[in-house]
Amino acid sequence: MEEYIIEMIGITKEFPGIVANDDITLRLRKGEIHALLGENGAGKSTLMSVLFGLYQAEKGEIRKLGKPVKINNPNDANALGIGMVHQHFKLVEIFTVLENIILGVEPAKLGFIQKKAAREKVMSLSKQYGLKINPDALTEKISVGMQQRVEILKMLYRNNDILIFDEPTAVLTPQEISELMEIMRGFAGEGKSILFITHKLNEIMAVADRCTVLRKGKCIGTVNIGETTKEELSRMMVGRSVSFTVEKAKAKPKEVVLSVKNVSVASKTHKNLAVRNVSFDVRAGEIVCLAGIEGNGQSEVVAALTGLEKVSSGKIILCGKDITKASIRKRSKSGISHIPEDRHKHGLILDYTLEENMALQRYWQPQFSNAGFIRKRAVRRYAGHLIEQYDVRSSQGPVTIARNMSGGNQQKAIVARELDKEHRLLVAVQPVRGLDVGAIEYIHKQLVASRDAGKAVLLMSFELDEVMNVSDRILVMYEGEITGELDPEITSVQELGLYMSGAKRDRAKENENAG
Amino acid sequence: MPDKVVKGTEAAYFKKIFKGKAFSAFISALLAIILGLIIGFIVMLSAHPDKAATGFRAILTGGFISLGNVFYFATPILMTGLAVGFAFKMGLFNIGASGQYTMGMYFALYAGFTFRLSSPLHWIICILAGFLGGALWGLIPGLFKALLNVNEVITSIMFNYIGMYLVDMWVQENPKMYVAATSRTAYLPASAQLPSLGIENSSVNVSIYIAIGIAVILFIILNMTTFGYELKATGYNRHASKYAGMNGTKNIIIAMAIAGGMAGLGGAFAILAPAQIAGSSMTYEPINRLAANGFNGIAVALLGNNSPLGIIISAIFISFIQRGGTLTSKYGFKPEIIDVVIAIIIYFSAFSMLMTIVAGKYLRRIPAGISLLFRKMPGR
Repeated sequence: MEEYIIEMIGITKEFPGIVANDDITLRLRKGEIHALLGENGAGKSTLMSVLFGLYQAEKGEIRKLGKPVKINNPNDANALGIGMVHQHFKLVEIFTVLENIILGVEPAKLGFIQKKAAREKVMSLSKQYGLKINPDALTEKISVGMQQRVEILKMLYRNNDILIFDEPTAVLTPQEISELMEIMRGFAGEGKSILFITHKLNEIMAVADRCTVLRKGKCIGTVNIGETTKEELSRMMVGRSVSFTVEKAKAKPKEVVLSVKNVSVASKTHKNLAVRNVSFDVRAGEIVCLAGIEGNGQSEVVAALTGLEKVSSGKIILCGKDITKASIRKRSKSGISHIPEDRHKHGLILDYTLEENMALQRYWQPQFSNAGFIRKRAVRRYAGHLIEQYDVRSSQGPVTIARNMSGGNQQKAIVARELDKEHRLLVAVQPVRGLDVGAIEYIHKQLVASRDAGKAVLLMSFELDEVMNVSDRILVMYEGEITGELDPEITSVQELGLYMSGAKRDRAKENENAG
Repeated sequence: MPDKVVKGTEAAYFKKIFKGKAFSAFISALLAIILGLIIGFIVMLSAHPDKAATGFRAILTGGFISLGNVFYFATPILMTGLAVGFAFKMGLFNIGASGQYTMGMYFALYAGFTFRLSSPLHWIICILAGFLGGALWGLIPGLFKALLNVNEVITSIMFNYIGMYLVDMWVQENPKMYVAATSRTAYLPASAQLPSLGIENSSVNVSIYIAIGIAVILFIILNMTTFGYELKATGYNRHASKYAGMNGTKNIIIAMAIAGGMAGLGGAFAILAPAQIAGSSMTYEPINRLAANGFNGIAVALLGNNSPLGIIISAIFISFIQRGGTLTSKYGFKPEIIDVVIAIIIYFSAFSMLMTIVAGKYLRRIPAGISLLFRKMPGR
């Protein structure tokens, strides 16, 4: 008989009104990378939460090395060697990296933390696995990629050998993703067992040994990656065939909608400029992609466009009007829709209901307010309409508290709100982050439809597939400057990568910027 | 994650009741009160074991002896409770209700002594003056917060002292207002006093109705208007409200001014209350002491879960046990004992989050059980 390090047998977990996990069985071998695949809301996170002790299953049994175990809370999980990197990191923002790693298991003598010993252990782990960190940096100041490395080091520091990664690649750049894959292979190589939650098929094909597919709370099956294909997996996950390429006709760019002229933006983290003298246009009827590795100024360009941050010099023209100093509301009224990068920080008010969030950009319009009073019935009707049109799923419909929705459906709600709002320019930042293939297909179609309806679309993305497939024109940013303008039709992914890493830059563009 | 809602059925109806935020807040407040009373009783037992039971009965039932006074003393703390709770909805901790209360009281006194008007108009003007005084004292920390990002807790604490010392100085400098012999303010003209509700041995007056009316208006503002929508949005998530184009600067200033105005009204209602002896009135003694009613407002707001309607109930409740508490001195208890009991209740209501979770966990099972009676088993 085969030896499994962890077995979850017949797990059933119910929430009021819904069965999130229905008789699911998952067996993890020692030293394997086991992917857990499923759409948003298929029950992946719930299943892992049961394993990690955050939820108790109503039925079923968990075994470690064949022996039944009871996991009542994360401490029990930790004692069994189970560690988890959550989709939304659980870090104390005002602590340093080192403090976060040792949090809860601080080595102490007479009540004093032995930071030196801790630092040595952390740094040796960091070196051993190639997890580069700066132990003294404040957590809120470091990149998402490093935050994730901190989470991984937390598990290693606790000597966990069963590692759960909950959608770890959703927030990473392509380079970081391949680094992470390397690291995961390394872990598996030395006998650690990995559960890898994702809905990115490429990653599963690249790194996993086996894959268990969930759909609507049920286990569809477990397959060996060597014996399956992407198409097969996606069919198992969605229940139908999905197309991976974005079908679109050639763009027919018309008048200039957005014109950015010599814009510079100050950095929040260092003294230099985050964006240096950047100029570009976006025309009606085209999708322009701001590509680049995270932290090269793309976010700041978007913040300056949408009014979240001030420019230090330069001009932003929208449909012929100077909006450089306009308020966020004014920009929104003049026709900017904005799918923000961080859906929890900017996109949603998590303690508001879904319908209240749907009205976030429009509550002041006559359609939704009358003499200062919110027209609740109109809001309810509108939310219902968006929920149906965009298939936003939640436990209680319009009155669901946004916090209680799955990440993918939260994102769908934002996308629905911003696409439905009257706009000339759509600024979409990582619009499919954390979404499953079905939803990605849908949202990409919507972006293209928006373009074909004569909107200007500015897409910011870290994902090469998205950059290459969706955009009509690519602007690559490197160290705060636009270093290249590429046509996805004739550019290869490798060439794009060279621009993104700064190895290649477009001379003409540079001169234009300088002049 | 879940798919469809059980819509329009009885199950949904029960779910709404048992899962409603207001309901679980109510349950958690109730739990806090019960735990506070139990521990308060233990404290009383340790002070005077033989008299604890009688004293405790006095706390629980003493308020019934003079319901008029329960409502009379509830009025100012209802207003300061609104001052704290309203600001809190925007994520602001208005700890300056005491100074705003004192300032409102002074403005009301000033209007009462300065203007020569006949009855309804005079006290209405005095109330408005009180609102203005408090609003001004809330506005200033609001401006600091909105324009310079100075923490409102610090400024409003400082403004408690600045307000109190200023008022004490102004009162003593004003010969029309201050009687040096009694070292208190003079009696207000009858036209400036609020109409009594005519309950014997009590100063309860129209202001309790006004206060409850204002609480209802605040409830409507918070839950039905675009201003309330923006206010709560900013309180929940400052970044998202900025993203949505809300004017945070303006809203902070308005919210703090309204909150201050509420506390100012509390001060006005307290000082303008009718006296039980003809020819006299409530008086103020400028002895450099911060108004306790301002701080009691924090307790009222916490127990009332910062909701205007909850605050009406919690203000009346706290006033009720305070009245009962004063009776315990008859049995040899110091009146401070009731402050201890109230403090314990507040302490537990600060755990309201935890209480809500505990309450929610058990209550959630009830609608599930009930709904089974109405619903077919869901298809698998």
